[in-house]
Amino acid sequence: MPAPDTARPEGSSGFAPAAPLELQRVTKRYPGQAAPAISELSLEVPAGEVCVLVGPSGSGKTTAMRLINRMIEPTSGDILLGGRSVLERRPDELRREIGYVIQQIGLFPHQTIGENIATVPHLLGWDKARIAHRRDELLELVGLDPEEMRDRYPAQLSGGQRQRVGVARALAADPPLMLMDEPFGAIDPINRERLQDEFLRLQATVRKTVVFVTHDIDEAIKMGDRIAILREGGVLAQYAPPAELLSRPADDFVAQFVGADRGLKRLALTTLADVELIQPNGLAPSGRRVPLRSTVRDALSMILTAGGKPLTVVDDEDRVAGLVTLELVGGLLGTEADRGSDGAGGSDGGPA
Amino acid sequence: MSVLAPAGVVIPTFGGAPSSYACERANRLFCPDWVSKNWSSVLWPALRQHVLLCVVAVAIGFVISFALALLAYRRRAVERPVILISGILYTIPSLALFEILVPFKPLGLSDRTAEVALVSYTLLILFRNIVTGLREVPDEVREAARGMGMTDRQCLWRVELPLALPSIIAGVRIATVTVVALATVASYICDQGLGVPILAAIQDGVFKTELIAAGGLAVALALCADGLLVLLQRALTPWARAR
Repeated sequence: MPAPDTARPEGSSGFAPAAPLELQRVTKRYPGQAAPAISELSLEVPAGEVCVLVGPSGSGKTTAMRLINRMIEPTSGDILLGGRSVLERRPDELRREIGYVIQQIGLFPHQTIGENIATVPHLLGWDKARIAHRRDELLELVGLDPEEMRDRYPAQLSGGQRQRVGVARALAADPPLMLMDEPFGAIDPINRERLQDEFLRLQATVRKTVVFVTHDIDEAIKMGDRIAILREGGVLAQYAPPAELLSRPADDFVAQFVGADRGLKRLALTTLADVELIQPNGLAPSGRRVPLRSTVRDALSMILTAGGKPLTVVDDEDRVAGLVTLELVGGLLGTEADRGSDGAGGSDGGPA
Repeated sequence: MSVLAPAGVVIPTFGGAPSSYACERANRLFCPDWVSKNWSSVLWPALRQHVLLCVVAVAIGFVISFALALLAYRRRAVERPVILISGILYTIPSLALFEILVPFKPLGLSDRTAEVALVSYTLLILFRNIVTGLREVPDEVREAARGMGMTDRQCLWRVELPLALPSIIAGVRIATVTVVALATVASYICDQGLGVPILAAIQDGVFKTELIAAGGLAVALALCADGLLVLLQRALTPWARAR
């Protein structure tokens, strides 16, 4: 067994390596229902990557996620975490190794924030000092002041704060895998975006394998290293990195689901720094200025509001890096398909 | 036998003994003299017996209801029959229930009979409140507890029961107040508790101080018990007041 994949860290500050996850032809049928909820779902999530399950309601995305920590038992197929089948493990022990965040968060109202975060370490029998240290470390990690927060009750927190505590609680025992079921679904749009950004920053530090469920394709594109689009009946429509999904949707269903504006969405994935800009060749740069770290989509928007005139791209020190024109952006849409797929590794296309 | 009142009015005694207290003979409703003279010989022992009767009844009732409630929580099929049987028990008039139980051999005219009857009145209230408290635990909390790897037992003791506490204690409060009142009737069969002086006063006819003193003690006892349970709930559920 590949023990290191699921090992706990020695010190409480280090994060254990993430584990790869593999679903092998997993099917879930409910008795009395003709159509399966999940049909022959196969997915591979490399260690440390965020896999987003997305699809319309009835596509079984939450069911698929709950199969992984055996909140639901599969009818057939196998699920490997760190190379080891989850089906041969005791469900409660397995779940202590998998972080779990749900939309309603489910903080225990009768326990303080500190006690909530300590839930899994407590179940695992950590000693008091280690739990206390870990608790404060996690509160800081999610941007909450331990002194101020640890003795409060969930009812005394705002929605965003509760969500952060939910993430901290899921990370408490340093699990190699995190399952997140629409974790930001109940948060208002402005705070949602902040929490998404925070989570991406956090994920850059902790590098967990994450399975993230959402019905929002924009959230999927933002959060996912890979996106699995499911259709009615739990059938995998396409599994690919976001750029590839946008440039080469496997079929009409995927194309429709990602939206008619998929070209624009694709431009939002690229910054001007990734683009070969037009050199001014000695000409005095004119027009409005746009920073190098802007997305191509934002640049396009600025060009359009400027009446189609080219923009001058400048870096952080205000040096001119080049020009961006409408034609350049238009050309990008043609080549983006190739750029997208080589950036994030190979693709597992949808069913032929 | 009758006693001539100072005014020459004949007061019927309905077979009771004539009072030796001036204020009673003066036909006053309440005689503090009597209370202070009889506190240690009549009222205090009756109060202690009453407390014991009630504590035992609520404790046994709680254990039975708790076990049944856990069973019904896991297996819904159990809930209806328990509600039905405890509901029927609850509707039997107390005096009738005491009388019905007396002919049963191991019971007879004893405090055991009284306890059986008192316990049967607690079951419906306690069972219902415990089951309701458990069922009202939010689904997402239960989901999170399971999802983090709690076993069913850990989930029950660490999450579900603590969250059901307000409802459970509310049930204990109602059951306790009910039992404190009903236990006075139990004196018909077991000669214990605050019902004894009340019964004596009823049979006496003239002498009302016993009735008022013992009745007042029963009311005070119920209020104290209820107050203590409120304090207990506050101590056990600090989170309920955190807002």
